[in-house]
Amino acid sequence: MEKQTTLSAKQRLIRSSSKNPGETRGKILVSLCALIIIIATLSITLFLAIKGLQSFIVNGLNPLEFLFSSEWNPTSSDPQYGALPFILGSLAVTLLSALIAGPLGIGCAIFMTEISTSIGKKVLQPVIELLVGIPSVVYGFIGLTVLVPFIRNTFSGSATGFSLLTGTIVLSVMILPTVTTIATDAMSSLPNSLREGSLALGATRWQTIKKVLIPAALPSLMTAIVLGMARAFGEALAVQMVIGNVRDLPGSLLDPSATLTTIITLNMGYTTYGSVDNNTLWSMGLILLIISFIFILIIRYLSARRKI
Amino acid sequence: MGMLKEKVDKSKQKTSDKKEEKDQSELILRVNDLSIYYGSNQAVKNISFDIEKNSITALIGPSGCGKSTFLRSVNRMNDLIPISHNQGEIIYEDLNILDKNIDVIALRKEIGMVFQKPNPFPKSIYNNITHALRFYGIKGKKRLDAIVEESLRKAALWDEVKDRLDQSAFALSGGQQQRLCIARTLAMQPNILLLDEPASALDPVSNAKIEELIFELKKDYTIVIVTHNMQQASRVSDKTAFFLNGRIVEYDDTETIFTNPSVKETEDYISGRFG
Repeated sequence: MEKQTTLSAKQRLIRSSSKNPGETRGKILVSLCALIIIIATLSITLFLAIKGLQSFIVNGLNPLEFLFSSEWNPTSSDPQYGALPFILGSLAVTLLSALIAGPLGIGCAIFMTEISTSIGKKVLQPVIELLVGIPSVVYGFIGLTVLVPFIRNTFSGSATGFSLLTGTIVLSVMILPTVTTIATDAMSSLPNSLREGSLALGATRWQTIKKVLIPAALPSLMTAIVLGMARAFGEALAVQMVIGNVRDLPGSLLDPSATLTTIITLNMGYTTYGSVDNNTLWSMGLILLIISFIFILIIRYLSARRKI
Repeated sequence: MGMLKEKVDKSKQKTSDKKEEKDQSELILRVNDLSIYYGSNQAVKNISFDIEKNSITALIGPSGCGKSTFLRSVNRMNDLIPISHNQGEIIYEDLNILDKNIDVIALRKEIGMVFQKPNPFPKSIYNNITHALRFYGIKGKKRLDAIVEESLRKAALWDEVKDRLDQSAFALSGGQQQRLCIARTLAMQPNILLLDEPASALDPVSNAKIEELIFELKKDYTIVIVTHNMQQASRVSDKTAFFLNGRIVEYDDTETIFTNPSVKETEDYISGRFG
């Protein structure tokens, strides 16, 4: 302390980098971390874009045919590359599993936050955390062992048990914890004054939930569903084990089907690098990236609409 | 100070009139030996007092003295806190409203509550008022329109919002939001209005408006108001109860409490020597 008083104001107060080397070092360190992430994201996107576009630019495939034709015959003498069944397959399992997991997850979140917080905290919370921790291969394995025979024996329309429906159910269970967790956060972050305000007017608990709490939390609840959909859309392994992986457009829920991710994982080992077949897989990867990007845009849009 | 005196003079006249009235005036709430616990902590300790119909009763006292807890027990909002339980009784008309068999939903319709912080719903001004009405089967645009206008007029908000009933309630100022909350409570046509520091989160101008409103509402409602604002209590209320550590230290005509309190603690609190 004494030493400082002998220094002039200029020496004490003018900025200089030598005075505080730790400050600069820390700044460089965290900037580097940020830079690495940015470079990684950009380079993956760029690489995927270059590889994904090659089938159209180098191999001369028609992008419209790729997107909208349902004929996928890469091995025939006149190879056809129509990825529509896989794009639709991906979208179908995603939407259908969101239809199942959305209401279930939100209902579960309402139970945890509004009906029984003690059971919610003591029982449901750990169960949901456990569900998140189970690897997707285990989900697929259980689906394969339990669900596939069950579907085969229950529905006469399904010869094998491998079907769009089986994939949807497995995915629903997988994304349920995601949806529930985010929906629970959304519900519990609602101010208590909102609940009290409605109850004090003589509204019942259910009326309060339905007419005040759910509408107030709606943007966040939608975010929960879209995040679950993003996860379902990108899942490959568990779906691949139960969906049947055929290249035809499914006619019903009980028909086997395929998704973009399952076709990529199934075929990447059998195609040579740089071949048309291989390049079309990259194109599918690019489509996955673009649709995931759309999901993120939707989430951002919904978050911006949050009112409270 | 001048204002206080004026009010005292006014109420002096009133008390002389009141003397005759007193026997006729009905009691709407009778609190008998009420204790309220949060877990093992006793927040309200064996209080007993009566509240007259169409009067304004102010509950004053330092933070944590149990006045809000008492207020929240009158329309059973304390039921929302799982660890709370109570002993004794609050007789409303001729029924103990703390009984297990009371339909709290119906009770809250008759005994409305306005909270410290304005808590409008994230809906339009119009729908804030019709929200609970719809649950009671009140339908039809004409009927709802009429109730919305009447409630907003009573809450002295109509002229400020009549052209923008479809706008979000969040677009209103804090004071307007609070009057909207009062309006939506009035729309339910309650018998008793519980106000939990309704003006403490507001600026002085909004505060004055709310006060004016409370005075106006006295004609049709019985009002119980918790307040930290001594001037407010002395200006608007007929009776004042001074709470301290969960007990009612003194309960009397507001005039008496503020000019000639019989307990030392009351005098100390009112004159700002503690609390």
